[in-house]
Amino acid sequence: MPFRTTHRTARHLPRGASSGPRPAPGAAGGDPRTAGSPGAPDAPGGSGPKAAPRTPNTPPAGRRRGEGAWGWLFVSPMVLILGLFLVLPILMALWVSLLDWDGQSNPFTGQAKFVGLDNYRTLLTEDGLDRTLFATSLRNNVYYVALTVPLQTGLALVLALIVNQRLLRARGALRTTFFFPSVTSSIAVSTVFLFLFQGSGAVNTLLSWIGVKGPNWFADSRGVLSTLLGGLGIVDPDHPPGVLADHSFMGLSWYEWLSGPSVAMCTIILLAVWTTSGTFMLIFLAALQDIPRELEEAAAIEGVNRRQMLRHITLPALRPVLFLVLTLGTIATWQVFDQVYVMGQGAPGNTTLTPAFLSYSTAFDDADFGQGAAIAFILLVLILLITALQRWALRERGPRPGRNR
Amino acid sequence: MAPRTATAALVTCAALLAATGCSSSFGGDKETQQDTGAKQHLKVLIATSGDAETKAVKEAAAAYEKRSGNKVTVEAAKDMNQQLAQSFAGHRPPDVFYVNSDQFANYAKGGSLYPYGDKVKDADDFAEPLRTAFTYDGKLVCLPKDTSTLALAINTDLWKKAGLTEKDYPTSWDELRKVAGKLTGDGVTGLVTSDEYQRLGVFMKQAGGWITDAKQTKMTADSAKNAEGLGFVRSLLRSGSLKYAKQVDTSWGGEALGKGKAAMTIEGNWLTGGMKLDYPDVPYKVVPLPAGPAGKATLAFSNCWGVAAESAHRSAAVDLVKYLSSGERQLKFAEGFGVMPSRTSALAEYAKQEPDAKAWVDANAYAQGPVTVAGFDKVLSQFNTELQSLRTTDPKKILADLQRNGEQTMAKGD
Repeated sequence: MPFRTTHRTARHLPRGASSGPRPAPGAAGGDPRTAGSPGAPDAPGGSGPKAAPRTPNTPPAGRRRGEGAWGWLFVSPMVLILGLFLVLPILMALWVSLLDWDGQSNPFTGQAKFVGLDNYRTLLTEDGLDRTLFATSLRNNVYYVALTVPLQTGLALVLALIVNQRLLRARGALRTTFFFPSVTSSIAVSTVFLFLFQGSGAVNTLLSWIGVKGPNWFADSRGVLSTLLGGLGIVDPDHPPGVLADHSFMGLSWYEWLSGPSVAMCTIILLAVWTTSGTFMLIFLAALQDIPRELEEAAAIEGVNRRQMLRHITLPALRPVLFLVLTLGTIATWQVFDQVYVMGQGAPGNTTLTPAFLSYSTAFDDADFGQGAAIAFILLVLILLITALQRWALRERGPRPGRNR
Repeated sequence: MAPRTATAALVTCAALLAATGCSSSFGGDKETQQDTGAKQHLKVLIATSGDAETKAVKEAAAAYEKRSGNKVTVEAAKDMNQQLAQSFAGHRPPDVFYVNSDQFANYAKGGSLYPYGDKVKDADDFAEPLRTAFTYDGKLVCLPKDTSTLALAINTDLWKKAGLTEKDYPTSWDELRKVAGKLTGDGVTGLVTSDEYQRLGVFMKQAGGWITDAKQTKMTADSAKNAEGLGFVRSLLRSGSLKYAKQVDTSWGGEALGKGKAAMTIEGNWLTGGMKLDYPDVPYKVVPLPAGPAGKATLAFSNCWGVAAESAHRSAAVDLVKYLSSGERQLKFAEGFGVMPSRTSALAEYAKQEPDAKAWVDANAYAQGPVTVAGFDKVLSQFNTELQSLRTTDPKKILADLQRNGEQTMAKGD
């Protein structure tokens, strides 16, 4: 079944047609195999269509200045709102992260002791409980991100491809169904999951029908990787191999870093994938419907099959959206808080502790607001770095002249 | 274009800073002016355990209003720690509020609590371990609101089914081990309790150890006595006659007892209310905890009535607290929502009214109060986290971690 039914005529063209004069489908132009520009005007890392060179004769400077003043006047309400409710609080939090502040005085009058980078030092370099907890939360979140982001993106893409098919019956109903988990409140879903995944809950009952004895999901702090390897007899979880147990990084042994997400964390990952893939499916769906039909027709004329179509037409055209989805997914997963707050608060065995939750509990339960703010800023830097990395990895590549920067 | 952008940004930032700098959201830092009027308005913030408690406190406040002519507003907090922290930072704290023992030292250290212990003449009437817990820098800061202790609750049906009689109620660790083993099997676990030091700590205390010294200035976690106590717990865990509440799909010992999954549990006097509400037909009996190598021991818990240092009505607030913590009021609270009076005199009266609670009342004589050291919340929650895996971990390692974390936090606090 062709992707789009309008390919009828194109399919009958001989293979050699591609080397002849092209039908030149609209602005798409070029070889479909390297198509990127039509569907990707805002490609990450790219500077957009190169068709906007700076006009050499700029208007007189005076007029520009007047325009600038009016411009600032018009944007000032938004600048003020953003500044007052976003920039200023961030700067205040940055200041608090340099203090030893217990939350019971005014942090802007010198009552709280200024400690410089001590809060960051405690978290990153000094051996102690604070660093161990922070390292544990980072480890948990790395596994959470590494599993959740690819799974939710992949699932969303597959769902979008399915519901984008013209010949599919009940597309509307399916779209609604897939999108539904995203509409539900995450607290409500978390609570339902708590019941489903109890030791004697519905999931374990289902598993018992096929003869599998499910774990006590939310009380199981074993890492899945070490448990799996232990089950295969490669490592003994109770006595980890010397190299891994003897070396440590940031107060956690290599073995603890590598033991994988706990069973409890996997349940939260499952929940996250299930609830978010609907939203991302919607984004993918919008992008899929935005791919110019001419592009696909041209590809069909080339005689590509469905796999090639997906690999060389659809995915490249989806790249900016893929970047968007991956970025949104990464940021959201690094900041995971509500599911953790409802489902475990770090339990069992600190394996569901995340930096966002640790920041909260350090500030409000231990009255150490300085360190709580410091955790938040380390998290911010981390997210910025990872986003930059993604931008770089998904940048537009190709030897096209004028494009390589 | 670039310099202009920078200028604009600078001007904006300066304007914003000026705007917040001039605002009064962060008030001055002077000593709060005291209100000396006859009719004062007191605000009370409580972290309630439920409607019964809210109602009892509101009734008490209404009675005080009539007596004193002051006006009292009682509000129940949704997230006590957060609400209090915000009100302290904003210099608008409630006049009187509950202080959780976990948070007590943090607030006392930050200077948010008005130490009024010396204004209460009969402070000695309050249980000693609790007074110690709510003392900071040598001063009794606030009065314990009530008290709760731990005892052993036994499901008498399961007890009889296992062929045990009243004579078999365990009084020593050996006897506990024996009966727990006998009661285990057929979907029942001998002893079920929560995986936290607030329960398992009784065994440390019974072995003669504890987390800190009596004055809470030194860590004493890393001791052979503590290791012996946790070692006993570990041996029960390994034999399967002791399980954590989560392992049997319950959230606390009382639920396990009520559902018949546990024959025994270690819980406090709040168990009475829980059982009455959820499992009224389950017969149970409360006996004292068995004695360990160092004799009888249990743990006591409490909140205290904090008065804000920044309150403008401190003397009226202390007056209100004196009224709320009077023997007569404490007995009413006991009746209202099942806590025990923290006054020794009122406790005797309570024992007469509630003969079933004898084990809990008597436990006050040998109870250990809660740990109240600034910044210890994370130290103790890390301890609890490690206790979750006590079955597979050496108690000595867990205690060494606790010792190290505690010492670091204490050093940081100085």
